[in-house]
Amino acid sequence: MIKNKRRLFLKTAMAGSSVGVAVAAGLLTPTAVLAEWNKSAFTAKKVPDAISALYGSGNAAESAEIMITAPDVAENGAVVPVDIKTTLKDVENISLLVSENASPLAASFDTTAAIKGEVSIRVKVGKSGDLIATVKSGGKLYTAKRPVKVTTGGCG
Amino acid sequence: MSAKIRAKLKNGEVTIKALMTHPMETGMRKDKATGKVVPADYIQNVKCELAGKQIMDCNWNATVSKNPYLSFKCDGKKGDEFKMTWTDNSGKTDSLAVQVK
Repeated sequence: MIKNKRRLFLKTAMAGSSVGVAVAAGLLTPTAVLAEWNKSAFTAKKVPDAISALYGSGNAAESAEIMITAPDVAENGAVVPVDIKTTLKDVENISLLVSENASPLAASFDTTAAIKGEVSIRVKVGKSGDLIATVKSGGKLYTAKRPVKVTTGGCG
Repeated sequence: MSAKIRAKLKNGEVTIKALMTHPMETGMRKDKATGKVVPADYIQNVKCELAGKQIMDCNWNATVSKNPYLSFKCDGKKGDEFKMTWTDNSGKTDSLAVQVK
């Protein structure tokens, strides 16, 4: 029993101190970094894991009310313009994932009623795959996807 | 970090177009000249405020392209101040404010 207590004590002490050291070293700015940036969502390697980490659940319904505009074929995979527009109401979040990238979740926009259900951004697409948009509307999750091809190498 | 922002009122909506200067390094690229891995250096968070109220909070990772371009439409009126504040993965932060034209 004493061993267990000692293990627990050591475990919590270690956990506490490493964060403390990191903060002191200026590696973590408590308010900015810890509060908002969802590390597990942005470093998840698979789309379903990123979506669960971001929203707490993975059940998204396909919706025709999410329109993704992007080139069918991206000549330059480093800069692919993507526009996500949604006619869903009470939008709280719009996110974009690039299915074949090492960390698929690229961007997550927490919106207020002032935003008119549309965002445009440019992302890196490493391999041909899908651009996936997810929208949280009225507390429910919706999704749509659009295939994107990337031409690799050569002159086009 | 620097940026160019255009905020224009048209047909009752404000269109924001922002272009930020930032390398957006993933931390997975090797520098061809030195052979060393270029460390991760990317904007993680962008907060957008209009007339003093936060209207959108964006979280990104390095999948967003170099020199990020962001555009969206929102409610607002001429003369409103639009302000963007961005923070990168090392905690550096910068901001820029423009008036809606």
